[in-house]
Order: sequence, then structure tokens, then C-alpha cells
Amino acid sequence: MSSWVTTKRVARYGLIGFIRNGFVSFSAVLMMSVTLFVLTNVIISDAAMNETLRQLTEKVDVNVYFATNASEEQVMNIKKALEALPEVAIVTYTSREQALTEFRERHKNDQLTLQALDQLTDNPLGASLAVQAKQTSQYENVAKFLEAQQASQDGSAISKVNYHQNKTAIDRLSEIIDTSRKNGIAKEIVMALSSLLITFNTIRLAIYTSRDEIGVMNLVGAGRWYVRGPFVIAGVLYGVISAIVVLVLLYPVLLFYPVLVGLDASSEVLFGSFDSFAYYVDNFALLFVVLTAVGMGLGALSSYLAVRRYLRS
Amino acid sequence: MIYYDKVTKFYNGGRAAVEDITLQIEPGEFVSIVGHSGAGKTTLLKMLFAEVFPTEGAVYFGSREIAGLSDKELLELRRSIGTIFQDFRLLPTKNVYENVAFAMEVSGRTDEDIQADVPHVLDLVGLSEKMWNFPKELSGGEQQRVAIARALVNQPDVLIADEPTGNLDPINTHDVVEILKKINDLGTTVLLTTHNKSVVDNVGRRVVTLELGRVVRDDKQGKYIL
Repeated sequence: MSSWVTTKRVARYGLIGFIRNGFVSFSAVLMMSVTLFVLTNVIISDAAMNETLRQLTEKVDVNVYFATNASEEQVMNIKKALEALPEVAIVTYTSREQALTEFRERHKNDQLTLQALDQLTDNPLGASLAVQAKQTSQYENVAKFLEAQQASQDGSAISKVNYHQNKTAIDRLSEIIDTSRKNGIAKEIVMALSSLLITFNTIRLAIYTSRDEIGVMNLVGAGRWYVRGPFVIAGVLYGVISAIVVLVLLYPVLLFYPVLVGLDASSEVLFGSFDSFAYYVDNFALLFVVLTAVGMGLGALSSYLAVRRYLRS
Repeated sequence: MIYYDKVTKFYNGGRAAVEDITLQIEPGEFVSIVGHSGAGKTTLLKMLFAEVFPTEGAVYFGSREIAGLSDKELLELRRSIGTIFQDFRLLPTKNVYENVAFAMEVSGRTDEDIQADVPHVLDLVGLSEKMWNFPKELSGGEQQRVAIARALVNQPDVLIADEPTGNLDPINTHDVVEILKKINDLGTTVLLTTHNKSVVDNVGRRVVTLELGRVVRDDKQGKYIL
């Protein structure tokens, strides 16, 4: 018999079995949806943690403050020297005038400070350079370079490098995020594993109810794949349908999640501005592929193993 | 030809289910195997379609020893033997048509053959009207006739009927026996086990009597004597 005819017949019986064993299929889909939902949770929270960490490290920079009497030439020399370093990505120059304008803008509601500023005859603020390295680990080198520069003629105009006080805070925050990320993922993995086992058992039970049927199939001389195939197809269908159910459910859940749990601006400061709904929309294709593949694989494998028990030669 | 050569079968512990049985069955014979429960009737039949294998001795189907067949050859053996059981053993999620068609499909028959033969054989057992019903929607007699149709549809060399009338009323029992006789008349070897005296007497062919796993009587034109 051609394998195409066999495949066609096996696929048809798989589909028919899925539909006619409606209640069994329903419970298998339900259990697998829970598994896939947990899996999606793992994926999204990992992405959220990654994004938060990335945003935090982006905030790291080294600021070099110059004395008020530093000449623009001195500042520019240091800027050039910094830009020549291979580790440095961007150096942003803020002139004394810009610094003053920004200061006034920041304190526009603070009349007292502004009045005090007006009393001064000269601009009290010095120029500054903001340095961003290509990687977080390279700030150490940049800071060392600047310290060495302070001995030179141009470098003598540097009044302060603020790397070290920022560093401690940022290191600690990264550590906290990293630890909670590992903890979170460990918990999610345990949950994913337990729901995986439940799914596997649900499918096993579903097939257990068909064990007499498998015996009859053996008896009339059905080959292994003739017996096993329809169950594997049904397993694949559980997976595909569960993936679709989860992806559809995620839309409203993620859309209303911030409202439901009362996330507001303050939590955004702490956790960064990760928008899980936007992540879902942007990565829909990826999520679809991952969930469908995992669902299909899990369904097919569970069915395959469960039927094997009742197959005999 | 079916040949049991000094066959003994032990299940886990206990006494032998069948013991030192030598039996030859010629093509086209109708053999009724009778005996009390536990006499070894079903074990004898199961050895033929390789559901159990003998502990000692050998069972031959044609010239081949069944225990020596490969997996593929076993499937072919099962496809060349039709089986009917007391509990019908239909596929509950398939309708009457699909139950019968399934036996043809696993034998690799074409869709055209299946579409032609299934209605024909269902007509033969008088179930044309119920082709699209599911087993649970049928009476016991009707379910047994579906099982017979399934056993027949591949035109097997041998038909094994293990207590086929055990769950049926006298009228259905009579119908089933008549169908088996007709099948035998067409040249198929029939092996029947039963408790039913009137069935055996009605058939009036060879009767093999088992007692505690041994053959105690083998009559060419037998009656049910226990």
C-alpha cells in the first residue's frame, strides 16, 4: 500500500477520533493550554527582566565635570582623547551655558534657587562631558583613563568624575534584578514541568480509555503506525488548538494586565518600562511558532509513548 | 492446513491451560471445539492468531510455524484470519461502515475496493440499513453481525469464532450459526468454540472436546457430549 494512502487514512482517523472523543479532547486541550500558558509566562517574564536590565545598564554613564575656569580648548582635548578610546561609544559635550539653561529649566518652579542664581555675577556651572561606553564592563577602563588624565595639563581642569558613586548603586540593582530573574525562572520551570506531567498523564488517560480499541486494531492486523498514527495526530491537534487558545487568550489578558494589577508610573521607574502587550504584538510570530511547536511536540510524544504500552507484536 | 504439534501452554504458574495437544485441521473444515470454562478452548484459538504462544510444541499455519514469523508476517497472518468474539470487539468510535472498512484498510485495499465491498458484505449480514450507526446504537445480534462482516470482508482462509453466540438470544444465535455454515460452504475453514449444545448439534460437523486442557474426544460427525 502506498504510504500516501496510509498517511491519508491515518490522518483522517486522527481527526475523526479527535472530534468523536469530544470530551477527552476537550480535557486534553484544557490541560495543554495551562502548560503553554505557563510557558508563555516564562518567555515574557524573562524578556521583561532582560529589558529592565538593559534599560538600567543604558543609564550607566561616566560624567566628567570641569572647573568653571576650564577653557573650551581643554575640554575639547579631553573629548577627543576620550573619543579615540576603542571602548567609548559616544561623548556628549555640555557647555557652561547649556548647563545653566538646563539648570534653570529643572528649577523653574523653585523661585528661591533661581533668585540665588540671579545674585551671582558669573555662571557657577562648569562644562561637562557624558561618556557612554560600548559595554558596561568597559566603564572601569574609561574611569581609569580619566584619572590618569587628571595629572596632565588638560586634565587638571577636571573637577570631578562621578563614575564610582553611580557604579555601586547600579551594581546592586543589577544584582537584585538578576537574582529575582533567576528565582522567577526557577519557579516557572518547576510549574512548567508539573503542568507538563499533568498534560502527559491526561493524554495517557485518554489513550487508556482506548486500550480495548487498540487491542482490536492489533487483532485485525493493523500495523504499528496504523494503530499509533491516529493517536499521534490527535495529540498534534491538541497542541495546535491549545497554542491557538493561549495566543487568543493572551490578547485581552496582556492588554488589561497593567490595569488589573494596578501598575502605574512608580512601578515603571522600578521595573523599567517593559510593555508585555507590545512584546506580545511584536513577537507574535515567534510566540506562535514556539507555542505551536511545543504543543505539537508534547502532544505527539505523549501519545506516542502512551500507545506504545498497548501495542504488541 | 492448521497443525497443532504437541502444544502445551502454561500461563504464570498454575496448571497447563492446554497440555500436549496434537490436532490437524484441513482446509474447508468446520470444527466445533467444546468444553467447560477453563478447558483451554480460547487458548487454542489465540495461538492461531498469535495472541499467545505455546510454552512447548508448535503451531503451524500452512507450512509456517507461527512462533517463527516476523512482525510483518504476523500482521499478514492476522489479516488472513477473520475473528469473531463473544464481546464483539467493535471499534466504538467508528460507525458500522468504518468498522468493516478498517479491516480492509489495514490490509492495504484500495478506496475503490472498500467502497464496493463494504456495502456488499453488510448486505450479506443484513445490516445495510444500519451502515452509519455506531456500535452502541445496535442490538447484541446486530453488533455480532457487524463483527462477522468485518471478519469476512477480506475473504479470509480461516474464520475463528470464539463463543460468538454467548451473548445472543436463540433467534440471533440461529442466524449467526446459519451465516457461519454458509461461509464454510463457500470454502472458508471455520473454528468455533461454544458452550451451546444446540449450536453444535445444529452444525453437525467435526467436534473436538477438551477437558482440563487435553483433547478427550474428536468426532468427525460429532454431537455435544460432556
